[in-house]
Order: sequence, then C-alpha cells, then structure tokens
Amino acid sequence: MWFLALCFFRKRIRMSQPSISKSMTTGESGLALVFAVTAFLCLIASAKALDAPFAFHAALSAAASLAAVFCIVNRYFDRPAELPPAEINGRPNYNMGPIKFSSFMAMFWGIAGFLVGLIIASQLAWPALNFDLPWTSFGRLRPLHTSAVIFAFGGNVLIATSFYVVQKTCRVRLAGDLAPWFVVVGYNFFILIAGTGYLLGVTQSKEYAEPEWYADLWLTIVWVTYLLVFLGTIIKRKEPHIFVANWFYLAFIVTIAVLHLGNNPALPVSVFGSKSYVAWGGIQDAMFQWWYGHNAVGFFLTAGFLAIMYYFIPKRAERPIYSYRLSIIHFWALIFLYIWAGPHHLHYTALPDWTQTLGMTFSIMLWMPSWGGMINGLMTLSGAWDKLRTDPVLRMLVVSVAFYGMSTFEGPMMSIKVVNSLSHYTDWTIGHVHSGALGWVGFVSFGALYCLVPWAWNRKELYSLKLVNWHFWIATLGIVLYISAMWVSGILQGLMWRAYTSLGFLEYSFIESVEAMHPFYIIRAAGGGLFLIGALIMAFNLWMTVRLGEQEVQMPVALQPAE
Amino acid sequence: MKAILTLDNLASGLVTTIWTPVFVAIFLAIIAYAFWPRNKAAFDEAASLPLREE
Repeated sequence: MWFLALCFFRKRIRMSQPSISKSMTTGESGLALVFAVTAFLCLIASAKALDAPFAFHAALSAAASLAAVFCIVNRYFDRPAELPPAEINGRPNYNMGPIKFSSFMAMFWGIAGFLVGLIIASQLAWPALNFDLPWTSFGRLRPLHTSAVIFAFGGNVLIATSFYVVQKTCRVRLAGDLAPWFVVVGYNFFILIAGTGYLLGVTQSKEYAEPEWYADLWLTIVWVTYLLVFLGTIIKRKEPHIFVANWFYLAFIVTIAVLHLGNNPALPVSVFGSKSYVAWGGIQDAMFQWWYGHNAVGFFLTAGFLAIMYYFIPKRAERPIYSYRLSIIHFWALIFLYIWAGPHHLHYTALPDWTQTLGMTFSIMLWMPSWGGMINGLMTLSGAWDKLRTDPVLRMLVVSVAFYGMSTFEGPMMSIKVVNSLSHYTDWTIGHVHSGALGWVGFVSFGALYCLVPWAWNRKELYSLKLVNWHFWIATLGIVLYISAMWVSGILQGLMWRAYTSLGFLEYSFIESVEAMHPFYIIRAAGGGLFLIGALIMAFNLWMTVRLGEQEVQMPVALQPAE
Repeated sequence: MKAILTLDNLASGLVTTIWTPVFVAIFLAIIAYAFWPRNKAAFDEAASLPLREE
C-alpha cells in the first residue's frame, strides 16, 4: 500500500524555472509497476483456474491491469510537466474529472439496474420469461438487480457527490492525483466482477454481500483508498469548520469499511477458485449478516444520501439549513442507534429472544432521529416554498425527503414483533424497501445528478426543466403503483398464510397464495416500467445538457482539465 | 446454575455494562454541545456554508 500512500501525500513541487524536466511521479511509476505485476499474476491465476468463472475473472483482471498500465503511461505522456495546481488565481482548482466519470457511470448502472428489476418483476408475473436458462434465472438476476441499483447506481452517486461536496465545502482541490481515479475506476471494476459473477453463478449467498472473496479483497483496497482521499481532502481544508454533509459522508465511508470487513471473512477453497466458505456458520453468521445488512441500509442508503440532502437542498433552494443544531443531533443519534437495529431481520428465528427485542427497541427509537432529519430537510424550504412550483429538481429532492419520512415510519413499525409476524417473508417487505429505494434514494440521487451534471460540466442550466417535470411525474406514478401493489399483495399473502379452518387446518395451500398475487405482480412490473421510462428521459436530458448546454462563463477555474 | 462472584466476573461484567452509561453520557454531552448558547452563532453561520462558495 505504500505506493498509494505516496500518491496522496506526495508534495507537489512547483518549479520556478521556465523549462521543467518532465518525469513520472512516484505514484505514477509505482502504480504502473503494481498493475504490471498484477496483470502477470492474474494471467497465471487464469491459466491455473479450477473453475470457468474464476478463469474468466482472472483474465478480465489481467486485461484491466494492462489497460491501467497503458492509461497511466498514456496520461503521463499527454500531461504537461507540472501536475494541475491546487489553486489558480487564489481560487481552488477543483478536480471534476473523477466526478464526471462517476456521474456517467451512475446513470449507466441506474438504467441497467432498473431494467433488470423490470425483467425480474415480469418473471414473477410470467415465469416463462426466465427462458429456462441458468444465466437468466431469477436467483441470479435478483442479486444483479439489487447490487446494480444499490452499489452501482447508488455507490457512484455517493462517490461523485462526496468528491464534489468535500471539495466545495472545504474550499480545496481533491487530495491525490491518481488516487481519485483509482477509486472511481476501481469501484466500477468491482461492480463488473460482482455482476458478471452473479450471472455465472458465483455467489457467497449473503444478501447484499454476494461477491466472492477475491472481489471483496479488491473492494477493500478501493474503499480504503476512497477513505484516504476523502480524509486527505478534509485534512488540507481551507474552511475551518467541517460541514455536516462531510460528517455524514465520512460515517458512510468508515462504517461501510467496517461492515465489509466484519461480514466477509471467508476461507477460499483454493486461491485459484471462486468458491469460499464463511469463517463462522449458523446463527452467528446470520446475526453478522444482518448487522451488516441493516447497517448497509443505515449507512450506505441513509447516511450517505442524507449528506446529499444536507448539501443539495440548501444549495438548490438557496436557503440555509433549517437548524444546524438539529443536524448535529440527527447525525449522532443515527450513529448511536442504527448499529443495533439489525436483529429485527431475524425475528422468530434461532436468534436469542432478547436480541430480537433489542433490535426491535432500537429500530423504534430510530423514529426520532429519522423524523428529526426529515423535518430539518423539509423546513430548509422555509421562505422558499414557492420554488416547489417552479423548480422540478427541487421538488424531486423534497419529495425524496418525504419518502424518507414515510419509509422510516414504516420500517420501525414493521420491526415490531407482532407486526413482523404478519409482514415477514411477504411482499410487504419488498414494498417497504422500494418506497425507500425508489422514493428516497432514487429521487434524492436524481435531484443531486440534475444539479451536479451542469455544475461539473460547467453548464449554465439543464437542457430542459420540462423533461425533469415529466420524469418526476412518471416516476412518482410508478412508485405509487409499485408500493401500493406490494402492500396489498403482502398483507394478502401474510393473511392467507395464517388463515385456519374451523377444524384447525391451514385454509390455503402455498400455491394458492402465489396465484392470488398475480395481478399485483403485473401492477408492480408496470410501476417499475414507469420508473425506468423516467430514468431514460433523465439520461437523455443529461446527455443533451452536456452536449448542447451553454457554457457558464463566470467560472473559468472549473474549465481546467482534470487529467 | 448460580453465578459465582469473582474478580474476573465482576471485571468482565463491568466492562460489558459500562458502555451503556458511557454512551449515554457522550450523547448527552453532544446534545449540550449542540445547544450551548455560545455555539449558536458559529452553527448559524455553518448552516449557510454551501451558499458561500468560491
């Protein structure tokens, strides 16, 4: 890791002489060398592989490592002798390149993830659509969908916005030269390995932690680099106060690192094979898994996107945060409470009863910080409520916060054991997850990208606000169809499972409950289809913004090439 | 089985129990910090930090 550390903390020496001899930085030569060695090792692994998916992944890694060496050397030949300065005319020279890359990848993976979601929703309504092929079966496509929307779409949105917000609120250029690029490209390569692995049947069968040991190791390296870039930027900040959004981003990055390392210890069967076995089994594994799983919700899907809320809503509404004091309490209350809520995923299982009750209690306590945060986000519009009528981007951001409030009310309610005895294992859970995922995470991400793309590409405004309006209403209609169908389906399913006849026999067979859900599955697929159409409109709008948008002339600083 | 009170038991019991009051105390200290009257001006300024860029 020393070469990465060198990348971050390498001092940029400004030469005063007019002619400077150009040479590779330690980071450039070190990283190129490491990738060259990696390419060689991956080639050997590919040749000695015990299973076909591992051979494919090793070959893919070898090719990617060679491409990385080529890119590093090519970038060196293309760049001027001096690296981009930290400041130009006394103003920070913000690094927008990695942000643009991540924003683009977010939109790409978003559409891919929504499409796969639509496919599996249709498979549930019409099972023949799995075509009886292993690669397109529900069991393989479902983790592809969840990982694509959460980690690929959501993750790229978080990386892009965090790199933007930390620079702007610290008033300093992003730390590191190659490191930010290593983070954004390396993270997307992890997604590629994970996603192709699912299709080929490579999985460790842990929900939201499906990637196998070698993908996990790679993600660890990328994530630690991400943490160092983020911390490095905060450390060299010009603004004395660390803005609350950066606290949320930092909590997200640190906690995801801890969760990833905590949940994934596994022993590979062979270093040349994809299969591994988890270090501990049974109920310990289940508890660890849901400690991970729920805190992925708490710190990936909540803390990270709350950081977006605390920066993008004030910025777009041009109003200060309603209560900064509340934001501090919101932050620490979430930190103290969320980490205990995991056991509510294991009600009525072999998990000790007291642990289940503990998980339930902390989940209910989470109501308070969640709603405190929601109120803080909504009330930031004080004095600017009229903008909801005229600015569909702000409307999207604000509606996302309303969905946050709704799903953080529903979640604690479902964690109550008696409610859970009806809702668990039914479609109600799926509906709950999607009111959070589509309504909160999806809309806040869309709103952030609608702001971020013109800023990062230095455009005056979006190509079309009218299209944003269309996106908003089509997607909202889709969400309403989705979640209401799943409520009805889930409660129906739960009630059918527990219905007894007067003689004490179960009233319905399982297949009868499946049959009853059919119409709701069609409505759900229609809702998902609308959500996808909205995202396609968005992609077109953003593409046209970048291609045809008028240049913003007041900020020549951002025109500096990032490379 | 009845728990036997030994120094070891007492120590491990204390270590596992102490976190509850410690965390509560830390959290109360954070609330005090957030509402401390002298910090108000700084927080009000921080609330509009995104609006004072460049």
